[in-house]
Amino acid sequence: MTLPIAAQINSVMAALILLTAFGLLIQRRILGLLHIFAWQGFFLCVSTAIVGYVTGVHHLFISSLLTLTFKVILLPYILYTLMRKLEIRREIESLVNIPGTMLIGIALVIFSYHLTSPITQLSTLVTRSTLAVALATVMLGLLMMVTRSHAVTQIIGFLAMENGLFFAATSATYGMPMVVELGVALDLLIAAFIFGIFFFHISTTFDTLDVAQMAKLKEED
Amino acid sequence: MIDFSSFITEVIQLLFLLLAAPAFAGWVKTVKCRMQGRTYAGILQPYRDLAKLFAKEVILAENASWIFRFTPYIVFGVTVLIGGIIPLISIDLPLADTADVIALVMLFAIIRFFTALAGMDIGTAFGGMGSSREMTIASLAEPAMLMAVFTVSLGANSTSLTHVVQVMAHGQFVLRPSLAFALLAFIMVHLTETGRVPVDNPATHLELTMIHEAMILEYSGRHLALIEWAGMMKLFIYSSLGIAIFCPWGIAATDDPAAMLAGGVYLLCKLAVGGVILVLIETGLAKVRLFRLTEYLGGAFLLATLGMLSFFILE
Repeated sequence: MTLPIAAQINSVMAALILLTAFGLLIQRRILGLLHIFAWQGFFLCVSTAIVGYVTGVHHLFISSLLTLTFKVILLPYILYTLMRKLEIRREIESLVNIPGTMLIGIALVIFSYHLTSPITQLSTLVTRSTLAVALATVMLGLLMMVTRSHAVTQIIGFLAMENGLFFAATSATYGMPMVVELGVALDLLIAAFIFGIFFFHISTTFDTLDVAQMAKLKEED
Repeated sequence: MIDFSSFITEVIQLLFLLLAAPAFAGWVKTVKCRMQGRTYAGILQPYRDLAKLFAKEVILAENASWIFRFTPYIVFGVTVLIGGIIPLISIDLPLADTADVIALVMLFAIIRFFTALAGMDIGTAFGGMGSSREMTIASLAEPAMLMAVFTVSLGANSTSLTHVVQVMAHGQFVLRPSLAFALLAFIMVHLTETGRVPVDNPATHLELTMIHEAMILEYSGRHLALIEWAGMMKLFIYSSLGIAIFCPWGIAATDDPAAMLAGGVYLLCKLAVGGVILVLIETGLAKVRLFRLTEYLGGAFLLATLGMLSFFILE
């Protein structure tokens, strides 16, 4: 109740990141997923900038800018271009049992809260309360990779997991060292290109991006 | 001892509810018609409809039992009782202590229970279908509603509505994500419970998609008038409940006439804005398929639960 105003805004951002993580989990349209993913990156960027402003750790501004360029603009743009090339823009994924997935998601949030509460009690950082949200975002990204069968959505789940890790680093230790963050950002960019190449190969081999098709080892008739 | 002046407050609030509810329903209809480029009958049309229905003769089905005749009065009475419990224009209500938020949800459940029974009582296919749909939806909407109000009462440390409103109106301003989640969930449940567009279409009669209308199809005359009036009051009550919980500024804390007048004016202004928002939501969304409703209401439950969790995690 007595949090300073910056920490309150950070809490709101954390709540929005959690909301977008759930949005990713239950969104059917792939284009919608991209939008939600971009928003998640945007909230992450705002949250990082606020933490940087409050704590005076200035390299957080640079990571915030990196987040903005990579996760809000560049990665969604690359994925969008890929989807246009592969002509899967309007594709709608058939999802089974959305309420069930939501309930599992809620259970994961409670689990991460339980897991991080000892750390939260020991920590003295302004951002300690958002650690549970960060862990929950990682778990929800993982859940998304498990429940979805489309290659593009699995990649978005993977990137959402990365968002969660980044957020965890910010809230647990005020961000990783600059070199590590630069490395991760470049890795992500390279990963996006490699995913693109894989998408082309998957879709030319199987005529679909549904990875469930890959379980078939021989052709059926 | 019941304080006489707060008793007067109660009576004034009930009169306000009874008189203003049709006007609010008319306002929503008018704005909706305007938004969709249709001609409109003005915000007084619901009063004319009610007057017409009260003047008409009641036609009962041959096999209607006492439940069918009894239901309109129960529905109307319980709705008025709810109107006496929730703080509309003033916090200082003698009836407010009789029920907290949980009891309030249960009072809404009584209305639903009797409406569903009456729908099945006549034995027509439409009535039974409407009742079964209503109960299905209710079983999903009620947990979400309870979660949303629990989230709010966690912040106020009380399930008493007047206490919650008091804390919200006079506590210090804190940015609270849990409340935003609870508000979203409340709006989704509001649309469900009052039978608005993503769930039920209030403008249709005799279509296979209808839910509320299907249950009350056999009613006529003053029975129908009472149910319609109660429906309008339900819309009014849900809207002003949301306003009282999430945006209570301006509500009267005492039974001072000037404060109450100001509270009433504030409420009417907020309701006017709320009606426009309601219409915007209704115009922007399409009706959800019945089998997709589990996802819609599951989403409401998710939001309310997230609100509760973020209260523990973030605040």
